[in-house]
Amino acid sequence: MFVRGLKRKCFDGEEDIEGTLAGIKAIPSYNLQRQSLLDMSLVKLQLCHMLVEPNLCRSVLIANTVRQIQEEMTQDGTWQMINTQSTGQASLDRLVSTDILCRSSREQAEGKHVPGYSTFNKDFEGDQAQDSSETMSTASSVQAPRNLQSNVWEMENTQENKGNFQKSLDQIFETLENKSPNSVEDLFSEVDNSYYDLDTMLTGMMSNTKMGHCDGLETFSSPATATSNSNCKSDLNELDHIVEILVES
Amino acid sequence: ADIISTVEFNYSGDLLATGDKGGRVVIFQREQENKSRPHSRGEYNVYSTFQSHEPEFDYLKSLEIEEKINKIRWLPQQNAAHFLLSTNDKTIKLWKISERDKRAEGYNLKDEDGRLRDPFRITALRVPILKPMDLMVEASPRRIFANAHTYHINSISVNSDHETYLSADDLRINLWHLEITDRSFNIVDIKPANMEELTEVITAAEFHPHHCNVFVYSSSKGTIRLCDMRSSALCDRHSKFFEEPEDPSSRSFFSEIISSISDVQFSHSGRYMMTRDYLSVKVWDLNMENRPVETYQVHEYLRSKLCSLYENDCIFDKFECCWNGSDSAIMTGSYNNFFRMFDRNTRRDITLEASRESSKPRAILKPRKVCTGGKRKKDEISVDSLDFNKKILHTAWHPMENIIAVAATNNLYIFQDKIN
Repeated sequence: MFVRGLKRKCFDGEEDIEGTLAGIKAIPSYNLQRQSLLDMSLVKLQLCHMLVEPNLCRSVLIANTVRQIQEEMTQDGTWQMINTQSTGQASLDRLVSTDILCRSSREQAEGKHVPGYSTFNKDFEGDQAQDSSETMSTASSVQAPRNLQSNVWEMENTQENKGNFQKSLDQIFETLENKSPNSVEDLFSEVDNSYYDLDTMLTGMMSNTKMGHCDGLETFSSPATATSNSNCKSDLNELDHIVEILVES
Repeated sequence: ADIISTVEFNYSGDLLATGDKGGRVVIFQREQENKSRPHSRGEYNVYSTFQSHEPEFDYLKSLEIEEKINKIRWLPQQNAAHFLLSTNDKTIKLWKISERDKRAEGYNLKDEDGRLRDPFRITALRVPILKPMDLMVEASPRRIFANAHTYHINSISVNSDHETYLSADDLRINLWHLEITDRSFNIVDIKPANMEELTEVITAAEFHPHHCNVFVYSSSKGTIRLCDMRSSALCDRHSKFFEEPEDPSSRSFFSEIISSISDVQFSHSGRYMMTRDYLSVKVWDLNMENRPVETYQVHEYLRSKLCSLYENDCIFDKFECCWNGSDSAIMTGSYNNFFRMFDRNTRRDITLEASRESSKPRAILKPRKVCTGGKRKKDEISVDSLDFNKKILHTAWHPMENIIAVAATNNLYIFQDKIN
C-alpha cells in the first residue's frame, strides 16, 4: 500500500497484526494502537499548518478523532493530568519528532508518554498567559485550559481572518508577527482570544467594499478600550503603534 | 495535461466541461451524428479551452489561493451562447461561451485590417457584408463573484429559477443573483462564536431541481439538512434533518471520518437525494429522515484497512456520485481507476476500470472484481494490489443517454452504451 512519509506502519484489524509487526515481539494491545493513532493524529494536525492552507474539513475530522481518543483514555483512567510547571520547548520537540511513533511497548506500559503529553498541553496554556506582546489582545483574560485542537482552530481562524483585511493593513500584522511561519512555536504561541473579536469585526467589514481609515480605527480601538487585564498593558502600547500606522497611511 | 478536478455535462448533454488543477476549463462538444453512418454515435471533441482562474496571492496570509477549479455548473441555455459558472476556493466566475462563424467585410470607416481610413478617401457608402469564416469559439468572463467566502468553496448550485445560485464553503452558504456581483446573502452560517467549539463543517450543498426555495447541505458528521428559504432569511434551522443512526457494532475511531459526506445530489425527479460517504452511497427519500431507503457498498473491503488509509490520507478523499437521466442507476468512483455503477431496480452492480490498457476505442469494458480474501481467482485483483494513487473522484452521466464521463487523474474517459 502507498505510505506517505511516515515510517511507521499502522495496524489494520486484529487479524493482520502478526503479519505487520515484524520487529515487535509482543502483540500490541488496544492501548498501544490507540496511542499510535493519537500520535499520528497529532502529527497530522501539526503538519496541516505547515502546508499551503489548512483544509478545514480534514483538520476538524482529525481533531474530532483526537478528542474521541482523549475522552476514551480519560474514561479508562489512562489519561493523567499532571500539574507540572511549564518546561519550555522540550516537550514540544518531543511531540514533533517521529520517535514518538516508534516507542516500544515497554515505555507505553510505564506510561512515560502520557505525562509528557499532558505536560505539553499545560505548557501551551502557560505560553498563552505570558505571550501577549505580539498580538492584539483584548479584554478577555486567558480562558480555562483548552484542548490542543482548540488552538488549531484559533490558528486557522487567525489565518482566515487576516485574509479579509484590506492590503493597507498588512503592515500592522507584519510588525506583530516576528516569528517565521514555519516554526513550530509559532503554531501555538501566536493565538489568543482576541482573534475571535477580530473575526466578528472582519465579518462586518467584509460587506463594506470601501472602508475608510476612520472605520478601521474604530474597530481596532473598541476591543482595546474594554481591557482591564494587566497583561494587556503592553498591548495597549502596541495598539497605539497600530493606530499610528493607520493614521499615517 | 493537468489533474482534472471537476466534470459536468450541460443540460442537453451536447457539451461536457472539465476543470483542472491549473485553473483551465476544457469544453467538449458532441459531434453531430454522421448521416452516412447512422450507427456511429457522436464523439466528443474539444470545443473550447480557456483559463478560468489564475493563482492569486493573499498578501496577508502569505499564501497562494489555488487556481484549481473546484466545481463547474452550467446554466440552462437561453440563447445561442452557453453560460457556465466555475469556481476555485474563493471566487466564482460566470463565463459566456459563444460562437462566431461570420465576419463583416466592407466597413466604411476602417480597412480590412482595422486601421481607420482617411476620411477624405471615403467617397462612397457601402453596406458591410457578412462573410463566413472558420468557426471561432470565444469564452469571456461576464461576472466575477468575489470576496464573499472566508473558507474554501466546495459547492455551487444553480437554482431552478435560473436567476440565483448558491455557493457553499466549509462554514457558510451564500445566495447570489446572477446579475449582481457586489452583494450576496448569507443563508447558512454554522461558524460557532467560539472556534474552539467547531466540530462540524459543511461539505456539499445543492438546490432542489424543482422547488426554488429548497436546498440541502451535507456535513462532515454524515448528516444532511434540508432548508426552506421561505421560513426565514437565515436558514440556520433546518426543515428536515437526515441522519442514519450509527451501527454500534461497527463503531471505531474512524466512524466519524468515514461517515463524512463528500457529495450530495438530488435525483432528476426531485423525490430522492443521494449522498456519498467514504465507503458507501446512500439514497434518501426526502420524505423519510431517519434512514436512507437504499445503501450501496462501494468498496467495503477497505473497512479493515481504514487505519492505513488514515495514515496515507486516502480516508479524506472526496468522491462524487451521479444519477443517470432516468434516476434508475447511480455511479461513483473508487481506487485503482475503478468506478462502480448500481442499478437501483435490479440491484445489480458492476465495477469497471478507466485505464488505457483496458480501454481500446470501441472495445467493451470488462467487469472487474476485487478479491477480498482467500484464494484470488484469475482476473481478480487483491486489495493490497490496488493503486491508491489512481482514484476516480469525478464522474458525470449524460442527462438523457447512457454516456458517461470519468476523470482518472489527468485523463478523461468517455464511455457509452454498446450499440446493439
